[in-house]
Amino acid sequence: MTMIKRGFAALAAGALSTALAMPASAEPVKFDFWFGLSGDLARVVDTLCKNFNASQKDYEVVCTSQGNYDATLQNTIAAFRAGKQPAVVQVYDVGTATMMLSGAYKPADKLMEENGYKIDYADYFPGIARYYATSKGEMLSFPFNSSTPLMYWNKDAFAKIGKTEAPKTWEDVGADLKALKDAGYECPMAINISANESWQLMEQFSALHNQPIATKNNGYDGLDARLEVNKTKFVQYVTDLKKWYDAGLIKIKSKDLGQDMVQAFASGTCQVILTSVGDHGTVGRTQKEGMKWDVAELPVYAGTERKNSLVGGASLWVLSGKSDAEYKGAAAFLNFIHDPKTALFWSTNTGYIPVTKSGFDYMKGQGFYDKAPYKGREVAIASLTASEPTEITRGVRLGNFTQIRAEFGTQMQAIFANKVSVQEGLDTLVKNGDAILDRFQQTYPGKTLP
Amino acid sequence: MEKRVTFGKWTIGILFAVPQLLLIFTFFYWPAGQAVYWSLTLQQPWGGGNIWVGLDNFRSILSNADYWNSITASLVFAGISTGLAMFIALVLAALTDRQLAGSRLYRVVLIWPYGIAAPALAMAFRFILAPEAGFMAVVNRVWPGFWDPGLDGADAMASIIVAFSWKYVGYNFIFFLAAFQAIPRSLIEAAAMDGSGVIRRFWDIQFPLITPTIFFLLVINITESFQDSFGIVDIMTAGGPANATNLMVYKIYSDGFKGLDYSGAAAQSIILMLLIVVLTIFQFRFIERRVHYR
Repeated sequence: MTMIKRGFAALAAGALSTALAMPASAEPVKFDFWFGLSGDLARVVDTLCKNFNASQKDYEVVCTSQGNYDATLQNTIAAFRAGKQPAVVQVYDVGTATMMLSGAYKPADKLMEENGYKIDYADYFPGIARYYATSKGEMLSFPFNSSTPLMYWNKDAFAKIGKTEAPKTWEDVGADLKALKDAGYECPMAINISANESWQLMEQFSALHNQPIATKNNGYDGLDARLEVNKTKFVQYVTDLKKWYDAGLIKIKSKDLGQDMVQAFASGTCQVILTSVGDHGTVGRTQKEGMKWDVAELPVYAGTERKNSLVGGASLWVLSGKSDAEYKGAAAFLNFIHDPKTALFWSTNTGYIPVTKSGFDYMKGQGFYDKAPYKGREVAIASLTASEPTEITRGVRLGNFTQIRAEFGTQMQAIFANKVSVQEGLDTLVKNGDAILDRFQQTYPGKTLP
Repeated sequence: MEKRVTFGKWTIGILFAVPQLLLIFTFFYWPAGQAVYWSLTLQQPWGGGNIWVGLDNFRSILSNADYWNSITASLVFAGISTGLAMFIALVLAALTDRQLAGSRLYRVVLIWPYGIAAPALAMAFRFILAPEAGFMAVVNRVWPGFWDPGLDGADAMASIIVAFSWKYVGYNFIFFLAAFQAIPRSLIEAAAMDGSGVIRRFWDIQFPLITPTIFFLLVINITESFQDSFGIVDIMTAGGPANATNLMVYKIYSDGFKGLDYSGAAAQSIILMLLIVVLTIFQFRFIERRVHYR
């Protein structure tokens, strides 16, 4: 009885307050946001959505996780074809070219302008902004969860070989791995060679060394770009990795085999890994008691003038075909995410980095990077802003890039299993990748990237 | 005299058939037709502007070495896993049928595996067969490098075969046991009194009498190994290493859903459908002749 009474009272109070706050419209405008994160990260996104809804009364965002990036894109496409698409959707970095040609979006910068929000696009780190902008610099989507890879190294193990700093060149890495092996470490370095690691092994390596992945400035200048990783510095890199693998300096770690590289590093089994700054939190939470470790920028070959690394993660696209009221809500939501305070919340609870200079400065000002669990993450910003982006280090703009990454995984496995030589494997990667690009170009005849 | 219901007008008959036809059309012909249409075009994932390319999709698939590799892998997988699952189930069912002590317990326990969803059992086998952590780690310690499904294609193939067969042993077992139990006890007892041993009785009496079941299971197992293997491959090997376990059904998934190449995937599913049809016809044409129906 009391329960019911209390319920009625709450209802009445709720109705009253809503009525007082918004005499004209009783209900906030609802709009959908679909995203691809799951588990811990999905809970953070849910909190973010709640914070947005609590911050104002006019709009209500309904946030739904679709499980992973692939599924989000598939479900959104299906919904779009059925006319039931969400207003805002999170699309991973490699889906950018596909999205740009889809004709299914409303450019983010236009949306903000129409709804009276002034965004300073120069505030975004250039390496992040250019990945999601047209060749003329218009932002089509807003970066959301952004990351870049770092080298994680075990300080305790390196101390055993008399080192107090992370190796800066690949030449040094080779020598250090050898020394670690001689010092009795079974697994000096762990890598994985599935499709996903194309990101740190092929894409980031090429960017740091200012080497192209494909012609036409990595695809920015046309759909007729073709791969050329079989004749860049990347060949030497794969050759070295293979050499170190054969010498037992590198072990392959993956989930299929029982332990992925992040676990292998956190447990102290392997001493060096290359992975996203997004894993910084995971390593901190799951590391072996008392283990000392740190992060550093990915190494480059001696004599290389280091360039900026590429952004990874995903961005928020606003889809076409929604009502003006929903667009107003979407714009308010993007503006909320853009806020430096949201950046602090987001980076504290995930491993992702702030995407704007103001967000980074705000977080520095709050002392975020001085505290133990977050210390080191500023290296990711240093890596992303190591240089002004060049024509090649703006990003990768290739169609069906997911399939090209899959082909990368296949050929790397063939190389590491001694089925083919490094050069043969990379030649096949280029040949099959070009066939994938051909197919993409045929699917969009006469179209050009914006 | 035979009585039968007749309809004065053919329209009434059609009327009664319409709901059924509608269902069949909606759930079978329409999607199948759609797949055929897609396979003859290049589909833009987001819709709008589809290009008619005729048989180009089929031509490009059939001229792709990776695709032929995927057909070979599917056939190897189907052959070995069907053989393994049926043989083990047959032996287990024959033993359980002999009503040894505890045979009722075996009956229950052996049926369980089929109730486990493919992804769940794939997860379990991923741990069991992991080279560094699971059961095979012990073997690897004795012979270093013996088991490495991460880089050795044959090992990866073996691991998905084991997982798939393990599941279908349970399924086959139910049918085999039912078939054995349908054989009149008196036949076996008579043979036993005539002095024939267990093996003799199996080959001369039981085996011929259960050939219809064997044939049925053969068709089902082969068909399922082409279609139900998806969850196991996705979790255990993701088609790797170097495409060694990229079975046809998995390739359709990764090209279509992950790669957003709807047309290529549609063409591949039509080829897969045709292959299953051909295999089934082959089985009915050549193997069914050896089956004894009562």
